[in-house]
Amino acid sequence: MIKAENKWKYKRLLKNTAFAGICLVVAACCLFPFYWAVVSSFRDGASIFSTDLWPTHISFENYKTVFKDKTFLCSFWNSAAVATMTAFLTLAVCLFAAYPLARHRFPGRKRVLMIALGVTTLPQVAVLSGMFELIRVLDIYNEKAALVLSYMIITVPFTLWTMTNFMRSIPKEIEEAAIMDGASQSTILTKVFLPILGPAIVTTGLLAFIAAWNEFLFALTFTLTNQARTVPVSLALFSGASQHEVPYGLIMAASVLVTLPLVVLVVIFQRRIISGLTAGSVKG
Amino acid sequence: MKGAIRLKEKEMQSQNSGELIRMPESSKQVCAVKTRRNLSYWLFLAPCLLTLALCAGWPLLKTIYFSFTDAALDSLSDFQFIGIDNFINLARDQDWWIAVKNTFIITVVAVPLETILGMVIALILHRNFKGRGWMRAIVLVPWTIPTIVSARMWAWMLNDVYGIVNELLIGVGIINSPVPWIADNTLSIVSIILVDVWKTTPYMALLLLAGLQSLPQDCFEAAEVDSIPFRKVFMKIILPLMKPTIVVAMIFRGLETFKIFDLVYILSSGNSATATMSVFARKHLVDYADVGFGSAAATALLFFIAFLSIFYISFNRKRLNKLS
Repeated sequence: MIKAENKWKYKRLLKNTAFAGICLVVAACCLFPFYWAVVSSFRDGASIFSTDLWPTHISFENYKTVFKDKTFLCSFWNSAAVATMTAFLTLAVCLFAAYPLARHRFPGRKRVLMIALGVTTLPQVAVLSGMFELIRVLDIYNEKAALVLSYMIITVPFTLWTMTNFMRSIPKEIEEAAIMDGASQSTILTKVFLPILGPAIVTTGLLAFIAAWNEFLFALTFTLTNQARTVPVSLALFSGASQHEVPYGLIMAASVLVTLPLVVLVVIFQRRIISGLTAGSVKG
Repeated sequence: MKGAIRLKEKEMQSQNSGELIRMPESSKQVCAVKTRRNLSYWLFLAPCLLTLALCAGWPLLKTIYFSFTDAALDSLSDFQFIGIDNFINLARDQDWWIAVKNTFIITVVAVPLETILGMVIALILHRNFKGRGWMRAIVLVPWTIPTIVSARMWAWMLNDVYGIVNELLIGVGIINSPVPWIADNTLSIVSIILVDVWKTTPYMALLLLAGLQSLPQDCFEAAEVDSIPFRKVFMKIILPLMKPTIVVAMIFRGLETFKIFDLVYILSSGNSATATMSVFARKHLVDYADVGFGSAAATALLFFIAFLSIFYISFNRKRLNKLS
């Protein structure tokens, strides 16, 4: 009897250890590249070529250089401005559109959702030349407005679907109560739904922000000067004095600076982001 | 008496809530109210539809149009219609077919790998254990890191002389001498797949986790009570029930991988032997300023995508029906 219990305990222990082991391996795979970037960013001069897994001596030289680099700071500001503007505009447009899509049935509703879904599958290069011409016509080439305009194609369809799904989950009774109190449709949307949707707005806004912050192809094509570039582009074009002398320490320091805000946001909002990415999206 | 009360109710309602729930007098009036209401829905939709038309519809049509012309980047308003010449040249272009092949290889290898690894992570996150919140946050990290940053990070790690990956692999004894992960064309594709899998597996895991969580949980409990080994539970319960989710997630990821640009652009830096369709199209469109030819390549990519999308959308139609 005791023996059997011991055996069972032993088996359980083994199982738990194996599970913990798998967890550790997965965590290590996910984190190691970022960890290595951080370690490398603290190494200056020739010590960057060291392959010690632990930082031997910490130097802030790379960070100092990055902070002195006006181009990089400028692109940081550009990215923040463009991503914020994109997120706000997307939310404004999609909040209104999601209301009838989520709460009412009317002819053409399904078609609108289908079109939005179709747009999510569009490759960016497929709109590149048309967008280029549009930007030329509007005379916003090499300006933030060009990036915000082009990013809407990435953020709007996704946000529309997510918002529609979130808005559907509001109980019908709340809306009915508002109608009984004489609220008009726009009042229902702004005074009743908007406060309830607070968390959903944070989630979708954050996802739109991240998408705009990370975007590269449009940013590379629609900007020309250092002053107009966003972070991904300036990181991609970051190179040393010569082809063979890539300043990896600097690149890693810049990479860490670019990623840190996002990682902090994601760790704080992980639950919400996951709900936005999965429950909200079509893509599950 | 009853009629009088109803009349009063009707009056009150029409005073209080305006159009919305006024009792209809006749079918004609019902129609009028409905039309007006539908109109107001379209007003709500208008900004969104206009945005989509302006930044998706118009540029898309224009790109397809450009693919039949000889437009150049600096003279976008001055071009000639040249029929399907661009497409003929495209079909004759060897680099294009290399790009098509590369795109297919990357998609066909990366997506199943992501699905398998994503499933493993989803199963881990589905279990209730201490530190699950932390695990979820950790798993999200690769997805959060901007593609350009992860490309640069990996380029550094995969550096043939100073890279940590070679160092570790030599240390473990898998390879004897450093491997040129990025300089070699074949290995470069391997590297692109590796980084893509690293970056997008978390997303896949989340999609699959959502699917797992929507399964009837009493199945798992019943299996546990009957002490059925996990392998059997997975094969007989989870896999069959998850099939639709897995298919949709794979098609979705396939579509995304088909468009792959950032990673390839950084890791292969313009080398046409490792280019993908997106990289090829952009190179001709912008770097060589040949808008006509580049647009033709983009349109061809669009056809591949459209073909895949039809599958994707028809699978999603079920979900759409649930939504309505």
